[in-house]
Amino acid sequence: MLSTTAHIIGKNKISETLYILMLECPAITRSAKAGQFVMIRVNSHSIEPLLRRPFSISWIDGDYFEILLQVVGGGTRKLSEKDIGDEVEVLGPLGNSFRIDNTFETAILVAGGVGVAPFPILTKELRERGKEVQTFIGARTKSQLYTQHLVNCSVSTDDGTEGFHGTVVDNVRAYLENTEMQKLKLFACGPTPMLKALGVLVHHKKLNCEVSLETEMACGFGICQGCVVQLKDSNKGYALACKDGPNFFIDEIVL
Amino acid sequence: MLNTTRTTFKLRNVEFRNRVFVASGTFGYGDEVRNIFPYEKLGGIITKSLSLKPRAGNPPPRIVETSSGVLNSIGLANIGVEAFIHAKLPVLRTLNTSIITNIAASSVDEYCAVLERLESVNGVHAYEINVSCPNVKEGGLNFGTSATMVATITKELRRRTEKPLIVKLTPNVTHIADIARAAAHEGADAVSLINTLIGMAIDVHTRRAKLSTVTGGVSGPAIKPIALAKVFEVSKAVSIPVFGIGGIATVHDALEFLLAGASAIQVGTMNFVDPLIAVRIADGIDEYCRINNIEDVGMLVGSVNANLSNSILQTWL
Repeated sequence: MLSTTAHIIGKNKISETLYILMLECPAITRSAKAGQFVMIRVNSHSIEPLLRRPFSISWIDGDYFEILLQVVGGGTRKLSEKDIGDEVEVLGPLGNSFRIDNTFETAILVAGGVGVAPFPILTKELRERGKEVQTFIGARTKSQLYTQHLVNCSVSTDDGTEGFHGTVVDNVRAYLENTEMQKLKLFACGPTPMLKALGVLVHHKKLNCEVSLETEMACGFGICQGCVVQLKDSNKGYALACKDGPNFFIDEIVL
Repeated sequence: MLNTTRTTFKLRNVEFRNRVFVASGTFGYGDEVRNIFPYEKLGGIITKSLSLKPRAGNPPPRIVETSSGVLNSIGLANIGVEAFIHAKLPVLRTLNTSIITNIAASSVDEYCAVLERLESVNGVHAYEINVSCPNVKEGGLNFGTSATMVATITKELRRRTEKPLIVKLTPNVTHIADIARAAAHEGADAVSLINTLIGMAIDVHTRRAKLSTVTGGVSGPAIKPIALAKVFEVSKAVSIPVFGIGGIATVHDALEFLLAGASAIQVGTMNFVDPLIAVRIADGIDEYCRINNIEDVGMLVGSVNANLSNSILQTWL
């Protein structure tokens, strides 16, 4: 973990509430891996909002990284109002990374809403390791879809304005019905109801699945002990989403 | 401008490097930030509360942000004193700072057992006693709200150690000075205050309390003026040193606490926002003293130009 500053070198507005921020920060890009995150201080000279906000590292290119910023409250709104050239305080890279090993040949990425955030860089790392990648993205509506740097995308929207009309999990289910299931691994990130539905599906199909949790955090590096995740093994109690996660195998946690 | 200012601070036979500490529960076990933290710039680390057995703590959600503050109900989650001794203390011994272990318990016997276990090992310089825990035997009433209970705990622990004993007080009482006097009378070397204030937050969309435990403890800059008044009050009531705690976010905040009567300060919630803030505050106090030709940081303690007889507090003391 490093405590450093980053310059905003780019900002793209995807929709009214969705932005891409490009942050120049070689100290972070040198060591960050797919699945890790950063804590960004919205305003260094103010105690409102007090806490930093967590963001998945979405993409790395040379000295800069990107985050996907969804405006959900006052803190994220203030961050979305920053301009190119502004400086922000960054802690990172934080948390564990996605586990890319030899147990699978094809990766199925399942994203709900802004849960797509960690998948561009994951796609890059998977392809560098010679894996096939299939991507399923769900959003409420067409304008909330983000597919930059993703490959083999199958899109679904809750309102049917783009792609499959229904949930991303229904779309994945339909795909799995028609696939020779061999050496698959799923990677998922999105709202809890989506992950729960996916959990039922992968349990039924006996598939390996890793999820990246979006949990409220105070510190992001293990000192506040706030962001606990219930483990299925009751002897182990709680894990910390920030330090033991944010990536967990879906069958080891209670969603 | 002075070249050097005396920063050290002594409790019993222990000399701390300076008067800036990190508060219990806001710095983990002290080793989490090992690769970025200059420990030699700190007076000491106060560990997460340790209980006799490991505690998982409360179910999530157990931490939420509030206006300029944080509301938590972690529930004293900790690995227990044995795991602390085996997994954490060997690392803490190598850090170049003083280690104060915070002890939490739900009976007087448990407080004694944890302290005795820590007395049997090397590496602990002092103890801070968290009395803001429910007393299981007495029906769940917090120890810290009863001067009699605080006196009993302090007396029993005092018999068992020669090391500095700091009693951490809860502000959720009518007259905090009475509790402080009880601790001082039974031999506490210092009191630290304030622990969190009871608070609550509600999600208006779901109409549910934001914490699983409904209410929790508020900390952070939001509570600083309250903490400052409590420190002022207690420092007038007892002759032992006071550790000031409560929303310290800047050098000025820390100086206010020293001026109000705190002999030392603890940085808490702001460690979550900026893990290096305690070091910046220690450096800032040093600089303030040198610029103002103050030879010893201790000269600031309680030097606020305030007439107690004009204060609402005088009727409580």
